[in-house]
Amino acid sequence: MVDWSRARDLSTAMLRVGVLGYGGGPAVIPLFRYEAVTRFHWLSDEEFGETLAFATALPGPVATKLSAYLGYRVLGFAGAIMAIVLNILPSSIATVILAGAFTRLYHYTVVRDMVSAVIPVITVMLAMMAYQFGERARRGLGVPLGLALMAIAFLLLWWIHVNSAIVIVLFLLYGTAHFALVRKWRTWRGNDGGQR
Amino acid sequence: MNLLHLFLGFLIANLLGYGGGPASIPLMQNEIVNRYHWLTNANFANVLALGNSLPGPIATKVATYLGFQVYGWLGVLVALVATVAPSAAGLLLLSRLLAKHRQSNVIRGMTLLVQPVIAVMMLLLTIQMGKDAVSSIGILQSAVIALVAFFALVKFKVHPAFVIIAAFLYGALVLPHLS
Repeated sequence: MVDWSRARDLSTAMLRVGVLGYGGGPAVIPLFRYEAVTRFHWLSDEEFGETLAFATALPGPVATKLSAYLGYRVLGFAGAIMAIVLNILPSSIATVILAGAFTRLYHYTVVRDMVSAVIPVITVMLAMMAYQFGERARRGLGVPLGLALMAIAFLLLWWIHVNSAIVIVLFLLYGTAHFALVRKWRTWRGNDGGQR
Repeated sequence: MNLLHLFLGFLIANLLGYGGGPASIPLMQNEIVNRYHWLTNANFANVLALGNSLPGPIATKVATYLGFQVYGWLGVLVALVATVAPSAAGLLLLSRLLAKHRQSNVIRGMTLLVQPVIAVMMLLLTIQMGKDAVSSIGILQSAVIALVAFFALVKFKVHPAFVIIAAFLYGALVLPHLS
């Protein structure tokens, strides 16, 4: 059975992100998060973060990967297709219609001013998301380790310009061993304390 | 033949593009301009300008434009499927695999360890977007809009859609009179 109310929520969310998402795919991530986590409660913040990480570790546009995952979680395989189509439909239709006038459009200063005015809003939303994920890293890993890992990620991404997919895969690889290492460290410290 | 080229061109550009749509722009340019000669460099720049004045992912807008130019609506469909389908299918497969082992320490560790990387990636995107904003409308206007947006989103919990629409209106009605 098709769940029509979920289908309607999914369509609303995807169209809204598709129409309001300025600044390219990655800039739209906070809008997806708002719809999926805050507005419709389809997934927890943890699951969203995890999905985002795996989406970034794979090639291709980010927005359509997130659409596919959200659609799949809400309505299965058909939902995934529906979500992708609705997410890219508004801009695709606009692209074809405006293609003839494309050189003129961008030279209308009004259009440029409108798009420019949205960029600071996107910046604020990205900053909020950075803060929330930093907060989550602090709670999960503690202040020293959390900060150290963020500093390493910052150096790799910003200074050495390592591709974000590679950085994510490196952290994922360490993650597979993280809890085992923590347990080892604790028993080692426990033994050490016992001897003293 | 053109349809096959459309499919291959966009498939390759997006399969090799890590870091989302914007990362695959140079790869798409390589396929579109250098390999298949569908557009000149200047025309490609115009397509990007059109793409930036519209919402949505940049890769799908380029695919739509090129698909339509080369083969009409069928071309749009082929270029879009090549752009979107492989990576979406990959994510779904990967997440199904992970869902089976969600409780294991290995997966829990992976989930925990990606949080700091995502925080930093978002921080870098913030810096980049902030620079874009300042270079297009100046530091004062950017700061005013950002401050209002911050209070609307955090303090008054306004839906982001309304904040974006308000920014649009501000850009249309106020900004032209200031420059």
